[in-house]
Amino acid sequence: MSEVTVKVGLASCGVAAGARDVYRKLEEYLAANPLPVKLQKTACIGMCFEEPIVEFNGAELGKMHVGKASPDTIIQIMQDYLDGKAPAQNVILAEKLDGKHNELLANQHRIVLRNCGVIDPKSLSDYEASGGYQALKKALQMDRKSIIEEIKSSGLRGRGGAGFSTGLKWSFAAQAVSEKKYVVCNADEGDPGAFMDRSALEGDPHNVLEGMIIGAYAMGADEGYIYCRAEYPMAIEHLKIAIEAAEAKGYLGKNILGTSFSFDLHIKEGAGAFVCGEETALMQSIEGKRGMPIIRPPFPAEKGLWGKPTNINNVETWANVPWIIVHGAKAFRALGTEKSPGTKVFALAGKIAGSGLIEVPMGIPIKDIIYKVGGGMKTAKPFKAVQMGGPSGGCIPAEKLDTIVDYDSITATGAIMGSGGMVVMDSGTCMVDVARFFLNFTQNESCGKCTFCRVGTKRMLEILTRITEGKGKLEDIDELQELSENIIKGSLCGLGQTAPNPVLTTLRYFKDEYLAHIVDKRCPAGVCTALLTYRINPDKCIGCTACARKCPVSCISGTVKKPHVIDAKRCIKCGACQKACKFDAVIKE
Amino acid sequence: MEQDFKALDAILAKYRDRKGFLIPLLQEAQNAMGYLSQETMKYIAGEVGVPAAEIFGVATFYSMFRLKPQGKHIIRVCKGTACHVSDADGIKNALVDALKLPEGENTTSDRLFTLMEVACLGCCSLAPVIMVDDMTFGKLVPEKIPEVLEKFRF
Repeated sequence: MSEVTVKVGLASCGVAAGARDVYRKLEEYLAANPLPVKLQKTACIGMCFEEPIVEFNGAELGKMHVGKASPDTIIQIMQDYLDGKAPAQNVILAEKLDGKHNELLANQHRIVLRNCGVIDPKSLSDYEASGGYQALKKALQMDRKSIIEEIKSSGLRGRGGAGFSTGLKWSFAAQAVSEKKYVVCNADEGDPGAFMDRSALEGDPHNVLEGMIIGAYAMGADEGYIYCRAEYPMAIEHLKIAIEAAEAKGYLGKNILGTSFSFDLHIKEGAGAFVCGEETALMQSIEGKRGMPIIRPPFPAEKGLWGKPTNINNVETWANVPWIIVHGAKAFRALGTEKSPGTKVFALAGKIAGSGLIEVPMGIPIKDIIYKVGGGMKTAKPFKAVQMGGPSGGCIPAEKLDTIVDYDSITATGAIMGSGGMVVMDSGTCMVDVARFFLNFTQNESCGKCTFCRVGTKRMLEILTRITEGKGKLEDIDELQELSENIIKGSLCGLGQTAPNPVLTTLRYFKDEYLAHIVDKRCPAGVCTALLTYRINPDKCIGCTACARKCPVSCISGTVKKPHVIDAKRCIKCGACQKACKFDAVIKE
Repeated sequence: MEQDFKALDAILAKYRDRKGFLIPLLQEAQNAMGYLSQETMKYIAGEVGVPAAEIFGVATFYSMFRLKPQGKHIIRVCKGTACHVSDADGIKNALVDALKLPEGENTTSDRLFTLMEVACLGCCSLAPVIMVDDMTFGKLVPEKIPEVLEKFRF
């Protein structure tokens, strides 16, 4: 029997779910009981909802992933695997067995995430063994112009959200005449509900480095920065290890692979400001200033970091580059749609069964992402909307689920492709509350430079808060529309220009919910506390007194074995009684 | 205070001549001092030749910088979209209750904990999530909060 490998997924999501305990248990066991098993670490395969995940490979059963691994059962599972016995449960992916999620993965196509959860992200030789740095070797033999042509004809568009042609962007920076140029990787992934870049950096940092080195060579830059959120400590750690290893191996630094091309790469940790995801603000921040956007033109390709021509792409864009160089523009174009070729990584979260990270070909209907790749809804509650593009995006309702994933089709719905966050919402989510949530976010994160963004979002937030408190007026809806239009017109950067999108899309598709709050003083989803009432259904209440004992303000009265009553005037709507009731007798409406 | 500034001098020497040094310099200074006091910022300003107002401007722009003394352990409550729809508010309230935070304060009176909010920790599949120092706790319910805090009461 050849050696069996056992790999434990140790990305942030796995660690948070307890993967380190599983790894330690295996390590201790193997130290005490020598077995023909090689224990390895990897990152995130994307099925975060099944973490901790352990992969077994090399024995008769073939490759097999086990989900929800625990230190208590993992040794037995390993022994069974070695004996050719399949574990009783939790096989999520398997070559020769009926893995629970085999089909979910079959509907994906992985370019950016091809190594994530497969290789050890801290090992350069693992990356090389899976074809790593072949693209760089190939690119260094190519004419600089033809690299840019290849990227241009691949049709790759910026994956940070705006969707600008990457090849075209590169050609601007390449044309700029200067003795000094920079390339920058935007890893300031700040959209709430998005974690594509975190996973890509944790799981395959060399792939991003290789893309940047190729880009720097093509554009004639000799220095680069990766601007990464400080909230991602593991991504930063893996990047640091990768940069050191690449320098030692001659992929980075002076005279790369014996050529005259030199390139130095630094990591800059973000200090917590969402607006720094905007490219001009990001550059201000690298320079050590307050991260406030500045007017374009001049574009960074002419005057960027320290006044020098600079090219900025986000993590996912850079991560596509090595694959395109190796396989060619044509192979890339074979995936996706005419105007949006390739694949897109999405972070699925919210009320979806299979929350995690997926990569699908462009052109796939959103419906298929949710039901075929994401496994459908988490609970019996029906689908209501999917939020795309974070605070800059919008909510797409059920009737638009046939929309396909490409930049233009999504924009037509009023949402945006964004960086790839998809938060699924069910009937228990209040759309007015969601709009208020995002406005609260953009209001907090507005840098304050433009009046409409600074003050306008504050006024909108006040109106939305008023509506969720049952104090809204019909005129509020017109005022929200008007403020939105003015904020879009009167803001310098993407943050302000897109801040009203969550409000505009919810007004467009869920106006009835706004009206229910304003006219009927009712929250259909049962979220907005001020509009709720709790009462006890006398037919179901058996008088067990559990609710009365839990009520923090003692507003529930009644005698044992007789139906109880809530005094609505004194009720603070905390919901403790509903949680305490074992007979579903407490009704929230 | 004299001695404190000596701790800063090594950091200053490391960054002084690097371009774009201010933010990493302030980050390290904060790690060494616990927080950025007005005196610290003035001292740095004098040493590196950047106006104190500019340093104050940078320190107040980014949420990572703390201008007040902080607790030993930092608790970050994720307020991302996935956590929001999974009752992050309930978790926050449970934390405020368990920590017995005084009104309007975010640090406990024993200086053991500081409670903060963070836009998104990127562990959406584990929502709702909190991060204590650099450990992440997911799939929380308000009832579990006291148990999580117990691990850090030392």
